[in-house]
Amino acid sequence: MTDITHDASAGLFEARRGVVARSWDWARTNLFNSVLNSLLTLMIVYLIVRLAVPLINWAIVDSTFVAQNDAACKAAGGACWAFIGNWGRFLLFGRFPDPERWRPALVIVIFAAMMLMSSRVRLSGKTLFIMWGGGVAGSVALMFGGFLGMPYVETELWNGVPLNLLLTVGGCGFAFPVAIFAALGRRSRMPAIRWLSVAYIELFRGVPLITVLFMATVMVPLFLPTGVTIAKLWRAEVAFTLFFGSYLAEAIRGGLQVIPRGQYEAADALGIGYWRKTRLVILPQALAISIPSLVNTSISAFKDTVLITIVGIFDLLGDVNSAMNAPEWRSAYWEGYTFVAAIFFAVCFFMSRYSQSLERSLSRARPGPRRK
Amino acid sequence: MATQQAATAAQVAGRPMIELRNVNKWYGDFHVLKDINLEVRKGEKVVVCGPSGSGKSTMIRCINRLEEHQKGQIFVDGIELTGDVKHVEAIRREVGMVFQQFNLFPHLTVLQNLTLAPIWVRKMPKKEAEELAMQLLERVKIPEQANKYPGQLSGGQQQRVAIARSLCMKPEVMLFDEPTSALDPEMIKEVLDVMVGLALEGMTMICVTHEMGFARTVADSMIFMDRGQVVEVAPPKEFFANPKSDRTKLFLSQILSH
Repeated sequence: MTDITHDASAGLFEARRGVVARSWDWARTNLFNSVLNSLLTLMIVYLIVRLAVPLINWAIVDSTFVAQNDAACKAAGGACWAFIGNWGRFLLFGRFPDPERWRPALVIVIFAAMMLMSSRVRLSGKTLFIMWGGGVAGSVALMFGGFLGMPYVETELWNGVPLNLLLTVGGCGFAFPVAIFAALGRRSRMPAIRWLSVAYIELFRGVPLITVLFMATVMVPLFLPTGVTIAKLWRAEVAFTLFFGSYLAEAIRGGLQVIPRGQYEAADALGIGYWRKTRLVILPQALAISIPSLVNTSISAFKDTVLITIVGIFDLLGDVNSAMNAPEWRSAYWEGYTFVAAIFFAVCFFMSRYSQSLERSLSRARPGPRRK
Repeated sequence: MATQQAATAAQVAGRPMIELRNVNKWYGDFHVLKDINLEVRKGEKVVVCGPSGSGKSTMIRCINRLEEHQKGQIFVDGIELTGDVKHVEAIRREVGMVFQQFNLFPHLTVLQNLTLAPIWVRKMPKKEAEELAMQLLERVKIPEQANKYPGQLSGGQQQRVAIARSLCMKPEVMLFDEPTSALDPEMIKEVLDVMVGLALEGMTMICVTHEMGFARTVADSMIFMDRGQVVEVAPPKEFFANPKSDRTKLFLSQILSH
């Protein structure tokens, strides 16, 4: 009882002392608790100020938001955000025909909404699967058009951010089942299946993504019968799928590796067959363990999609590069790349935070077996 | 005395549930099981003991083919165990097994652990499986833990869940592979009580265990194994009072000396 009253009065006292006094206390114990620490703190504050002031000057104080070319920006001396203002829609959607640009814009909104839904609302695996499957299929349909009065747009003109999003989610989505079978196959007792899986995984992990993309876009058409053409975008998507699949397979195999033998034996002893045992007992545990590396692979997959520029398909980065070819914006590369970096950072940061929350909720709901 | 004789008569009349004929097994060059012969009739309770590395766990793991034997024959309820997956799965449905390390599925609740096999293997409707599971949890005296995860239970509770999980498949035979060896001493009794209850209900059981008190209470016959061989088979009274082989005597003096 005395403790409680003491704590309460102490709390009131704390509150009355105000924020400034408490921050000062915190700084004294954490930042200035010794001579060395005080010196380090002062040095770091100095460095931050030296860096931040010019950055703020460049990005905000001296920047130009409205201009017709980079000459006007140069006069002001700061960032030329007018470039993003004038060319922003081209950067995001590329050569997608102008009156129809609401379609890729809607695709971006759909993806953002699905990402938010996945992270903020607790949905069952089935709902998530249906939502993402439907979302991606709907987005592809929206990009194509050709129905409800929307003119048809060929895949050559699908540029910019929607392309990065579709390639990542489509690539990883198709790669995931491939990866599961490859990972299981690599641990199979049947030599033929094991060697096939090893060959697939090692081949695609051992070859640079650029090579795989070139093979898919340049070499594959040579082997197709005449008259048969597959759009370059789909060939590239297959290349991404196979490439990501090999990395995801290794991530999943890592999870499979740590499932104790007792789990397999317990399922065997109950008479549960191989596929059911894998689906109901082994994979749920293995995938939960692999989440950090699966997300890691997905994040690098998203960043790797920019390599598609190499085979002449224009994603966000490709758009920025071609926009900067416009003679009046030659010197705007800082602004253009900052814009690209900000978009990539936002998506990747979101993915990594999401994986952290996923791991936390899994470890809360499913504490591991208690070992003696 | 009269009832005991009647019980013995019933066992003799019971059909053979498990039969091992000249079973041999090697791990590489190491001969783990040497010409094992064993017959267990319906309702019979057999306790297998012996020093570690004597092959007792390997032997019972051969009975549901968690291990493969290389020579000899094993019959379970008349079906021979071969590489045929259909036979193996049929036998595994009839034979329950309890492990030293419990091996519960950590990502499923206690109730889901129990209903998994009945629903997916026996094709039981979910509601019926859950009713059965709750009955069995009552029987092992932990119905209140049904919605917890295995990691939240004590070792003794986990092992009782594991026993209930096996019973959910309504097995004809139960195999126990050192079920109390991984438990703290104060939890051993709660698990043994469940096993004694099961024995009294007439379940056919093969138990690898060092719990000699349990053996004396329930066993119809004791088997002593050493270096991959069955050294001695005898009813518990005779086994403890008057062991025949020197190796058995030595083993008993070592484990009963405290």
